[in-house]
Amino acid sequence: MWDAFGFEFINFYFIPGLVLGCIYALGAIGITLTFGILRFANFAHGEVMMSGAYLTWTVMAIITSVLGIAVHPLVAAVPAGLIVIWLFLLTDKYFYKPFRKADTIKVVMASFGMMLIIRSAVQVIWGPNQLTFVQGIAKPNTVLQSFSQSIDMLLLIPNKHLFIFTGTIVIVIALSYLLNRTRIGKAMRAVSDSPDLAHVTGIDVDQVIRATWIVGGACAMAAGVFLAMDIQMLETTMGFRMLLPMFAAAILGGIGKPYGAVFGGLVIGLAEELSAYPWIGDAPLISPGYKTGVAFAIMVIMLIVRPQGLFKGRSF
Amino acid sequence: MDAGILLYFLSLLTVGGIYAIFALGLNVQWGFAGLFNVGIVGFAAVGAYTYALLTTAESTFHLGGFGWPLPVAMFVAMIASTLVAAVIGFICIRLRSDYLAIATIGIAEIIKLIFKNETDITNGPRGINKIPRAWEHFSEERFYSSWPMSWFGTPESWSAFFDGLPNWWWQPFFTGTILFVMLVIYWMLERARTSPWGRMMTAIRENEPAARAAGKNVTARRIEAFVIGAAIMGLGGALFAQHLRLIEPTNTFDSAKVTFLVWVMLIAGGSGNNRGAMLGAFLIWTIWSASELLITGAIDLFAYIFDTVDPGALRTRAGFLRMMLIGLLLQVILQKYPQGILPEARPASPQRRKQE
Repeated sequence: MWDAFGFEFINFYFIPGLVLGCIYALGAIGITLTFGILRFANFAHGEVMMSGAYLTWTVMAIITSVLGIAVHPLVAAVPAGLIVIWLFLLTDKYFYKPFRKADTIKVVMASFGMMLIIRSAVQVIWGPNQLTFVQGIAKPNTVLQSFSQSIDMLLLIPNKHLFIFTGTIVIVIALSYLLNRTRIGKAMRAVSDSPDLAHVTGIDVDQVIRATWIVGGACAMAAGVFLAMDIQMLETTMGFRMLLPMFAAAILGGIGKPYGAVFGGLVIGLAEELSAYPWIGDAPLISPGYKTGVAFAIMVIMLIVRPQGLFKGRSF
Repeated sequence: MDAGILLYFLSLLTVGGIYAIFALGLNVQWGFAGLFNVGIVGFAAVGAYTYALLTTAESTFHLGGFGWPLPVAMFVAMIASTLVAAVIGFICIRLRSDYLAIATIGIAEIIKLIFKNETDITNGPRGINKIPRAWEHFSEERFYSSWPMSWFGTPESWSAFFDGLPNWWWQPFFTGTILFVMLVIYWMLERARTSPWGRMMTAIRENEPAARAAGKNVTARRIEAFVIGAAIMGLGGALFAQHLRLIEPTNTFDSAKVTFLVWVMLIAGGSGNNRGAMLGAFLIWTIWSASELLITGAIDLFAYIFDTVDPGALRTRAGFLRMMLIGLLLQVILQKYPQGILPEARPASPQRRKQE
């Protein structure tokens, strides 16, 4: 089966789809947690991803100019991530918290406003032009290439994609440890399932909300940096482009279900990339220009057929 | 008075009026029925493109040459926008408002994607040019050499007639038309608001279970409000296309400049209040364009004093700064003045009105 078809399909459609899926998955974790615990659709989530990538770029530039060494984006992402989480908490305090007792739609509106504030702020600070982490074409990993060639399965995976896969797996394992084994993680799941019951049992809801922002912020940060590594550039609309697929992933997996979000993210990412594969004839099944439309179509179908998502999330 | 200042005022009124129409449309959806639509730009784009394709002259770049009369094309633009809204409405209206928000922002992006990718029909990212503008189109040869204008004069006489007018002769008429359309919509919505339909809308928005218990068909009423609002936005889009004369999918229909600005206008003016929606539109648009003049002036002065500064780069960034400040303005209004400048006034019931 490993012929020209397999080579093309795996290397040019399946692996890019998986990479995109990882990015969506990490972004959707934050969206689904905020939706489940704070009960609102956070429109600013994509912009937080984007600003995280820009901050990482700045940290890299500062390290390069001060110490004279080029660091990997993933190293620079750690200090930048702390800033992003701090900004997340500040945003919550000043823009979302005042509406906590009010109608949820007010918070959605506030997050919609935040989306534009963050984007414009990034445009003011970094300018509207594209930036890059690393210049040049990413070459496939040679070890993997020669190994896979020796067993007649030529795999062309650049290092950046290996970093993204590993990073996503590490984050998802850490997340599952947090949610299942720690007190705060269990409290988060409890609030997501039933806020009233959680409140009655004495769970500190404010602490849970802070934890939600921290976890969501860390995942968003990773997603933003991975995205910038994957497309090898930073632009101010990249967060907004991710927003719709991430919502689709969160709804597909079921609102409030982090594992559902991961699964949904992978499905949406693969569906977007595989939709451009020439399944019938030589032309792409769906023109690559309509990739976003695939995510949207999946989301609309889910909303009609099963609004609670695949993993029995909440539906409001 | 200087013609330049007059024209600036007229153009301020023109764009303000178009935004007021958008804000009135949003007021039906959000102010009356509490539907959170963040896809205004999508409905505006449907209206604008429908109008543009039906009225532009034949072109090798895009579909066209239908030569429909302008008012008919505007009406069809409304219908096109209505149909799109009806489809979304049927799917999403029964879910909580967050989902409607996600779906509308999604559909707006998909609509823009279609206009960008279907290059044979819409000329893709290059957009559609030379869209006929009401009144100004009379002075185009394509219009005065065909009926009905050809009944009243030969092309030569028309040409000579228009040459005798100042080249901005159409501007007052165009502005007047937009304000007239706005006032007609306002009058109709005001009738709707004080009618039983409008009071039922308020009831549904404020207490859905009670309205349902009283036997109101909540879903149908919500879809009605959503569709009427979208039709008004489609009409606004058609007028927007006339004002701009060149539309393309990315920059013309930037969700920040259309959707977001309209939201700020409605919230600032007072959601639920039709007069508030119009007031907010004119006010925010005046602030928006005045701040552009101010900032450009400040940058020029700055660049004059420090001649190492590149005014071009500063000007681009100043535009983003303006957007950020408008965003902060929205947050302040939401938190401190959620009612807006003109708060919603509930219409009295007919019995009470009789007693008074």
